[in-house]
Amino acid sequence: MSGRADIDDTLLLQARNLSLSFGGVLAVNDVSFDVRRGEVFTLIGPNGAGKTTVFNIISGIYPPSKGTLRYYGSGQGVSLTDLAPHDIAATGIARTFQNIELFEHASVLQNLLIGRHRHQKSGFWQQVFFTKTVREAEITARRHVESVIELLDLQHYRDTMVAGLPYGIRKVVELARALCAEPSLLLLDEPSSGLNVEETEDMAFWITDIKEELGVTVLMVEHDMSLVSRVSDRVFAMSQGQELASGTPREVQTNPAVIEAYLGTADDVTSLRRPNPLGAA
Amino acid sequence: MELLQLLVSGIAQGCVYGLIALGFVLIYKATETVTFAQGDLMMLGAFGGFIAMSAMGLPFWAAAIATVFVMTLIGIGLERVVIRPILGQPAFSIIMLTIGVAYVVRGAITMIPVIGTETHPLDAPYAGKVIEIAGLVLAAEQVVVILVTAALSGALTLLFRYSKLGIAMQASAQNQLAAYYMGIPVRRINGLIWGLAAAVATVAGLLIAPITFVHANMGFIGLKAFPAAVVGGFTSLPGAIVGGLIIGVTESIAGFYLEEGFKDIAPYVVVLLMLAVRPNGLFGERMRKKV
Amino acid sequence: MRFVFKTDYTQDINLAKHSGHVFWYGLLLVTLAIGPWIMDDYWLAQLTLVLIYSIVGLGLMLLAGFTGQFSLGHAAFLGVGAYTQAVAINAGLPLIVALVGAMALSAVIGVIVAIPALRVRGVFLGMATLALGIILEEAFARWESVTGGNAGLFVQSPTLLGIELSDSTPYYFLCLVLTIAVTLGVANLLRSPTGRAFVAIRDSEISAQSMGIPLARYKTLAFAISAALTGLGGALYAHKIQFLTPEQFGIIQSIDLLLLIVIGGLGSIHGAFLGAIFLITMPQIISSAKDYLPSSVADAPGLSALVYGAVLVLFVLFEPLGLYGRWLKVRAYIQLFPLYRRGMFERQKSFQKSERLK
Repeated sequence: MSGRADIDDTLLLQARNLSLSFGGVLAVNDVSFDVRRGEVFTLIGPNGAGKTTVFNIISGIYPPSKGTLRYYGSGQGVSLTDLAPHDIAATGIARTFQNIELFEHASVLQNLLIGRHRHQKSGFWQQVFFTKTVREAEITARRHVESVIELLDLQHYRDTMVAGLPYGIRKVVELARALCAEPSLLLLDEPSSGLNVEETEDMAFWITDIKEELGVTVLMVEHDMSLVSRVSDRVFAMSQGQELASGTPREVQTNPAVIEAYLGTADDVTSLRRPNPLGAA
Repeated sequence: MELLQLLVSGIAQGCVYGLIALGFVLIYKATETVTFAQGDLMMLGAFGGFIAMSAMGLPFWAAAIATVFVMTLIGIGLERVVIRPILGQPAFSIIMLTIGVAYVVRGAITMIPVIGTETHPLDAPYAGKVIEIAGLVLAAEQVVVILVTAALSGALTLLFRYSKLGIAMQASAQNQLAAYYMGIPVRRINGLIWGLAAAVATVAGLLIAPITFVHANMGFIGLKAFPAAVVGGFTSLPGAIVGGLIIGVTESIAGFYLEEGFKDIAPYVVVLLMLAVRPNGLFGERMRKKV
Repeated sequence: MRFVFKTDYTQDINLAKHSGHVFWYGLLLVTLAIGPWIMDDYWLAQLTLVLIYSIVGLGLMLLAGFTGQFSLGHAAFLGVGAYTQAVAINAGLPLIVALVGAMALSAVIGVIVAIPALRVRGVFLGMATLALGIILEEAFARWESVTGGNAGLFVQSPTLLGIELSDSTPYYFLCLVLTIAVTLGVANLLRSPTGRAFVAIRDSEISAQSMGIPLARYKTLAFAISAALTGLGGALYAHKIQFLTPEQFGIIQSIDLLLLIVIGGLGSIHGAFLGAIFLITMPQIISSAKDYLPSSVADAPGLSALVYGAVLVLFVLFEPLGLYGRWLKVRAYIQLFPLYRRGMFERQKSFQKSERLK
């Protein structure tokens, strides 16, 4: 990669030399990548590779020990490592969590409305008296939330307490909540984990819709290779905190280093193949 | 010399705080619940000892052993009836429940005709005796408190660290469902823990009764056990004792050198300082959530 | 059985969700308004106390029930409000100024309390607030020049617009108006982004941050509002009981306030009111029950502690949603009769999980 930061219009997020150690363990080691506007960029890698840690660095939960992270959401770049998590959300980055962090004792609608928090403008006293401005802001918020509910087919669950929802629906609500923030960059942490085949299909369609219809850039951590190859524009493979390979899905999946990290050496792979019973090669 | 004298009485008082905090930490370590009932269980134990000695005429040591035994059963019973159904609910509910239990115990004791509302002495065989060491005049009660506390906390620390039971207890505290899957008899262990905590509280009550006498408001001493646990760290058994000692000594010194009223708030000022500087206490473990 | 067919966002946004709400709450307001003419002085005084404790309950409910910050020393704010009011009125300040002053000072103390409270959570927060409560109670006792210490402090009667408020009827109306104002204010907050932010902080701090909610600012706000409301309740309380001593604002009172919100029903506005009614009527119920008990039981001093403790234990075990939760179940039963299904409000069996990793 060239040393100069290439600030062109397509660059949305730029990570350079990110490192983070927990105690003695180097969870993320010198990771650099670029995310371009409007693309779906996926991080893959075996468990423990540091993918979620990279997410947590981007959303401000952990500060990196080394490295820079610049976000070009609105023209002028801003360094994310200087910002607190709530300020990062204000720049237009939204995320979902691997283990689902919904607001259990609120309804789905409430969860989604909270997702819109960064857009709320009314002052404290205006809210206490519930002035016309506040009322109109509420209606606007609800309109927007409705459009997300429609996109993700959550009408049936609108007023249900999250605590009573099945896992698959919770994952969708998690996604919906992130979308309600109207982000420019959406971080999805293992969107298909725990979902069955149909639900994963739906997720693939939604991610594509999010990219194409809503124009949101998606940065995703994922294990399901079929989902990855279907929706991703570019893939970044990690192992043990370091970059393994990056490129298009096809390029990364056929990269010998990647295959080795997932399956053992490339030689082993050929030995795993069953002999074709009909004799043809 | 005065200072040493103050230190010793602070240490003795601190041992009692430490013992109550010990029961408190035991329960927290095993079930991650905070209990406000320890102080009143201590009071119940002290009354039990008094009743065993006066109404039943038992000599001190027999009364002590019998009381500890009965209180252990009461602790197990308490867990069975009141705590078990509630595990898994938010921590605040459990705290309120233990506050309720404390009220019930205190109310019940106060309702016993004649005995409940009076203050009674507890005639320990060593009461009133005095020991002189190196110019220091120590009350025998204080020495007994210190020795028993040391022995008990040592035994419990070993139990938790080296026995299977101790490890099983910690497992069921951190993830009860997983502990069930691993074949740990979670419910039996929880019962044991509460029984043990009640026993420790009883010992504390019997130790302090010769000094403060037995009365229904003894339970408020239990409030001081919280600062002790915070200072020591909620998950550390030796920490509970150390925390108790620190609080006891601080109180003792504050009572002597500072104006009136500071003695009562000294432990709480220490709590605030501790929470500001080192929320997990001196010996507690740091844990963070991974998302 | 009422089915609300929603055609408009305002139906969701409005406080009164359907005509039934309007009817019943309207009826309640009318009953309260004509209160002085349909009840005798004693019950009016009790009702005034219920209103005062409701304001306090709303304050604590906002902090504990809605933002998840459990304050074990909340009576301290009650004391701050009460003593401030007493000092201000005794110094001759007008009533409204004194009330505003009591609220403001309580809010400031609330912000100060919030500073250490921000850094700790769960049981440690409880410890910190317990410690602060005890320290403040001692401060009330020691600062004799201002508070009169343990000897107590008399509170002069207030006048508003020339009306002497020592009479129970005008004072009742003052409390009623303030209670209605506070309730509306809190309800408005809860249906606005701020209220939702509080709930978010209660349920998942890390996720709230990722939605753009600055934790420190909102927690401090919650403490400040809660302290202000409790201080207002304290100020009104001061005039009601007319003689203040520090032990009225100690740990027993703090636990009483917690009893209020837990038995009332955590996380609901109704809970604050139901809890206040419980707290005020419980002593009455115990006294009247004493007539039916043998004298050895009835005269024992520990009876009320025993009863309070037992009620608390029973509620936590069997009715964790409190009185409001019980009411919801009863109402659902009535509305769905005879189709009420037994498991409708069943609590999920939950297993203990380490809360340190929350």
